[in-house]
Amino acid sequence: MLLNQFLILAAALFALGIYGLLVRRNLVLILLSVELMLNAVNINLIAFESVLRSELAVGQVFSIFVITVAAAEVGIGLAIVIMIFRNRRSANVDDLSLMRW
Amino acid sequence: MTVTDWLSEPVNWVFALIALAVLASAFRVVTAKNVVHAALFLVATLAGTAGLFLVLSAEFVAWVLVLVYIGAVIVLFLFGIMITRAPTGYDEGLDGDRKIWPAVLSLTTFGLMTWASLGAFGSTPVSNPGVGTDTEVLGVALMGRFVVPFEVVSFVLLAALIGGITIARRDLTPAEEEGRSLA
Repeated sequence: MLLNQFLILAAALFALGIYGLLVRRNLVLILLSVELMLNAVNINLIAFESVLRSELAVGQVFSIFVITVAAAEVGIGLAIVIMIFRNRRSANVDDLSLMRW
Repeated sequence: MTVTDWLSEPVNWVFALIALAVLASAFRVVTAKNVVHAALFLVATLAGTAGLFLVLSAEFVAWVLVLVYIGAVIVLFLFGIMITRAPTGYDEGLDGDRKIWPAVLSLTTFGLMTWASLGAFGSTPVSNPGVGTDTEVLGVALMGRFVVPFEVVSFVLLAALIGGITIARRDLTPAEEEGRSLA
């Protein structure tokens, strides 16, 4: 197994996440694309760890941190989406033009 | 390393199979016309990622991914879809109209990252494939060298919990408050 095959797969996942982030209009789907990108980061961390094999398993520890922060991010993000939906009756980013100049 | 060498390792076949499944379902996550389908395709993507972590001998992280992401985060997403009453049937209006520039940008990013990693790591192999990581090592690292980040992350989770409740909670009007205290 080469390191690069994992890095390229992670790059492809990250690129798909960017595409989804820019194309989607539903807030929940935008959050899903962010999850895709965070997942790509996790693959990178684990792949590098399996090359370096550090004594403290640093890559794995940090991917656990990334997973934890991602869980917190989803919790807050969905709470905000629900609030926006309650106030504006829509979860569509095109309708949120209040702060547009 | 030639393609034939690469294909002669059985574990690479496993990788190719999982990678294809992950890429196909990730593609469907960003293109599906149905919100619930997009969330369920993310489950497939994450399950494939957990499989890759097993191949890379990170067993504990793989099961954390399954428990936290597939078990909790996706369920949260499904609740979010349910509460925001997003159209659960097929919907053409989920995507914006301009898709060319996002596609160009994401392909450029992919090309740049691939070019950079091919240049930097060439044919660096993954060391000791198949040798697992003791969970004990992770536990000692989390409670020893990384105890401060660990506590900070747990505080972040607590703050997110309280913040999520505070943000999503509906404030009662004074009249409703009155009715509640009487009841």
